[in-house]
Amino acid sequence: MAKVLMKGNEAIGEAAIRAGCKNYFAYPITPQSEVAEYLAKRMPEVDGVFLQGESEVAVGYMIFGAAGAGERVMTTSSSPGISLMSEAISYIAAAQCPAVFVNIMRGGPGLGGILPSQGDYFQATKGGGHGDYRLLVLAPDGVQEAVEMTMKAFTLAEKYRGPVMILGDGLIGQMMEPVEFPDDLKTEPTNKDDWATSGMSTRKSNKRNLVRSLFLDPKELNDNNLALKAKYEQMKKEEVLYEGYNTDTDYSILIVSYGTMSRVCKTSIDMMKQEGIEVGLLRPKTLFPFPEKEIFKASTKESCKSVISIEMSMGQMVEDVERCVKGQRKVDFYGECGGDIPAPETIINIIKGLL
Amino acid sequence: MQTEIKFAGFGGQGILLSAKLLAYTAMKQGFFVAWVPSYGPEMRGGTAYCTVVIGDKRIGSPIIKNPTHLVAMNRPSLEKFANDVKPTGIIFINSSLIPTRSERDDITELIVPANDIAIKAGSVRAANIVALSSFAAKAKIVDLELLKDCVKEQFASKAKIIPLNMKAFDEGVAIANNS
Repeated sequence: MAKVLMKGNEAIGEAAIRAGCKNYFAYPITPQSEVAEYLAKRMPEVDGVFLQGESEVAVGYMIFGAAGAGERVMTTSSSPGISLMSEAISYIAAAQCPAVFVNIMRGGPGLGGILPSQGDYFQATKGGGHGDYRLLVLAPDGVQEAVEMTMKAFTLAEKYRGPVMILGDGLIGQMMEPVEFPDDLKTEPTNKDDWATSGMSTRKSNKRNLVRSLFLDPKELNDNNLALKAKYEQMKKEEVLYEGYNTDTDYSILIVSYGTMSRVCKTSIDMMKQEGIEVGLLRPKTLFPFPEKEIFKASTKESCKSVISIEMSMGQMVEDVERCVKGQRKVDFYGECGGDIPAPETIINIIKGLL
Repeated sequence: MQTEIKFAGFGGQGILLSAKLLAYTAMKQGFFVAWVPSYGPEMRGGTAYCTVVIGDKRIGSPIIKNPTHLVAMNRPSLEKFANDVKPTGIIFINSSLIPTRSERDDITELIVPANDIAIKAGSVRAANIVALSSFAAKAKIVDLELLKDCVKEQFASKAKIIPLNMKAFDEGVAIANNS
């Protein structure tokens, strides 16, 4: 297929259509409202449902309902909207229903700003909602990857029967880049009869399915949480994605960075290379599961003197980086979060200060 | 090799569209591109700006501090961004609305009364097309015929305004070639 020039937000909407998602519920919020605008037009063309909820709280439970019925379903929002949906995300995780959430992050806390941010790392990877659950989090670095990851998110949500999140910053939603769409997703979940409340007439078995997150019997609750934990352990084994950049050199500093920020870092690395300074980058593409072993390995390379986490936040992922480095190297942090993304020159100054 | 072009002006001047047309044409020519808008609250009635990055390998940082060229459609844009342009770059100045100049001697100024030319072609709204075509003729980043086709394609659903935009396009190219 030929390349098309698309805004990240619109491309995410199109990716959902091509993944066979027929249900999109959302509430508009900058900087991701174009997803809703796009799907309001596109969903009826594929006999799908576009529905604007009365609030993000309502949208969260619409997602729960559709997911529980075994339908492929997605919503998109931005930071404050995701906060409102977080209760439902916790319920969806507990009830083990597949659903895709997209967070095109803006600055916070509170209403914050509308410009790009990575301030929801903690929210996405450590909770957001309550209880012992994890979200599988994919972090694209551009429009092409946003498309690929959105499509993949549906497969992963169904594989693990749980919520999956795409975590992008505002720029990824707003930027236009050429994109090539992969083949349409043709697969359907094979085990829906076992759990989905899709109506007896649609199912082969006579088993009555129940979607619930309330387990008053302590043993039952413990078992449910153990089942969730087993999935998270499987994710750690099977789903870690990352990219190394300039890591085949004898770099003296290792940058860990994701999303738009990692692209700025790549340009900084190219510019420093011309001056004879080698810096490596490890870019997590999944934030949970986190590339723990890979970061440890890259940071403990003999040439590597220290590690720096560079984020559009006040320092969130750095805590995971420190955990992975296990005290073997000094871990620094640099971040900005007003919405102005640091330019490559800024990053170079920070790195040179560490040499 | 990478070229970065900043388009800047008032919200409503068609800044984002000219930038998109350039990016789209470059993509069709096989370049890697990124179209990076400012989408801050200032867009509503205030300044709108947008950077197009064109390169022969995958675009790294979409954040550009010093663009290769600047297309300034109004005075605040020229004042704000003229000093950011890299030496030897082109600064397009819409002289219909900008009485001042960049006051730099290490760049090339392209001075075009884009609004006046557009009004003569049929509508002031085509000023962005005049700016785009004259800048493109001067900078020689993309094929002009392909760019013109892309402009035509953009207005395919509004056939009525194609001729005036084609006229605006040609006038823009002519003035760049004569300057």
